[in-house]
Amino acid sequence: MNNPDLSGLDITIAVTGLKTGDNPQPGVPVIRSIRAAGFTGKIIGLVYDSMESGIYVDGLVDEVYQMPYPSAGAEAFMSRMHYITEKSHIDVIIPTLDAEVILYIRLQEELQALGIKTFLPTESCFLLRDKTKLASFFPPKGIAVPETDLVSDVTQVISSREQFPLMIKGRYYEAFKANTVDEGIKYFYDIQSRWGLPIILQKLVPGDEYNIVIVGSGDGGILGMVAQKKLVITDKGKGFGGVVVKNAELEEFARKVIGILKWQGPCELEVMRGYDGVYYLIEINPRFPAWVRLAEGAGQNQPAAVVRRALGLEQEPLPEPKSGTMFIRHAEDVIADISTMGEVSARSELIRR
Amino acid sequence: MKSDYMAQLAMNDNGFIFDPNSGYSYTSNETGLLVLRALQQGKSEDEIIRELVELYEVTQDQVRSDLDHYFLMLEAYKLVKTDE
Repeated sequence: MNNPDLSGLDITIAVTGLKTGDNPQPGVPVIRSIRAAGFTGKIIGLVYDSMESGIYVDGLVDEVYQMPYPSAGAEAFMSRMHYITEKSHIDVIIPTLDAEVILYIRLQEELQALGIKTFLPTESCFLLRDKTKLASFFPPKGIAVPETDLVSDVTQVISSREQFPLMIKGRYYEAFKANTVDEGIKYFYDIQSRWGLPIILQKLVPGDEYNIVIVGSGDGGILGMVAQKKLVITDKGKGFGGVVVKNAELEEFARKVIGILKWQGPCELEVMRGYDGVYYLIEINPRFPAWVRLAEGAGQNQPAAVVRRALGLEQEPLPEPKSGTMFIRHAEDVIADISTMGEVSARSELIRR
Repeated sequence: MKSDYMAQLAMNDNGFIFDPNSGYSYTSNETGLLVLRALQQGKSEDEIIRELVELYEVTQDQVRSDLDHYFLMLEAYKLVKTDE
């Protein structure tokens, strides 16, 4: 079992999500792992705004193109893709943001017609991991999920008074622990204003949380899997440090989830090992997490494996990760000339080499 | 005392202990480390007591009492399981 060597590939790879900072996106670490696999071809950054910090990092991306937000729809998206590919052919795209993945899945044929390949799950598989579906789909298949209610009215939060503390979650993003019904009402309105309805109320499971980055092969198998326990958690709940764990029960649980879904491509599982000894599936994120470099550091270059599979190349399962490998996130100021920002803002693109 | 779980613990000479199963880490003093390493090697409680008596010039009773407390703590941290 060897890690992928991308040094011989003369292709162009596009990656989305270049923002780092307090809520980092996975694009920058995905690119770094691809480069670490020896890739010397062109890398294009697809961004949504000119303040995505990865734009300004020297040597990271060769070209940058601003994309319409996913909410603008398929037509605006494909129109932009046609423009970009007329300037620069793209061979592989790795989308890294939750809200855009469904667009890339639905437009796979159109992208393929432009010569662009992806390694993503099917649409039905993608929809099964929706937060609103987890609690109904998985438990009958032997995967425990904390008790979950979907609510669309604040009175339902109030009537859950006896069950607090609860997790209050948005359908796409954000999750808060509400200790009291008053906190629950506040978070209900906060999340509703940003992400709409329904709101997810989930029973709090006391235990240890683990995050697992996985590349599913699409036939129920796994090409790579690295589990971490967070060591540093920010006030936004983001893991800014973590350590690779090696736990056979956790791995078996994750394999079962991926086997049920026949997931293809990258994903992140959030799993809670309850103090009752039961493993609970909390969430499935349909993309690499921002901490994916930990996988590379532990001996599994998962982004490089995704590039190979997107191209239709054989990829054997990745080597076993080294437990005890840790990461700690380090913020650094990037210095650039204001004209760089001006170029992205005014022309919606930037050619660095 | 089960030594199979202990065998996977990573320890260094400074007393830093990492449990790759849970992701938790601990620190231990020299004596605690000596006991953990003995458990990793599958030594029995009596063997560990003999070793400690020789090293620290203490009585068997003193050591046994301290060791019982130490084992209770290890069990609470789920680092060892008592044989059923």
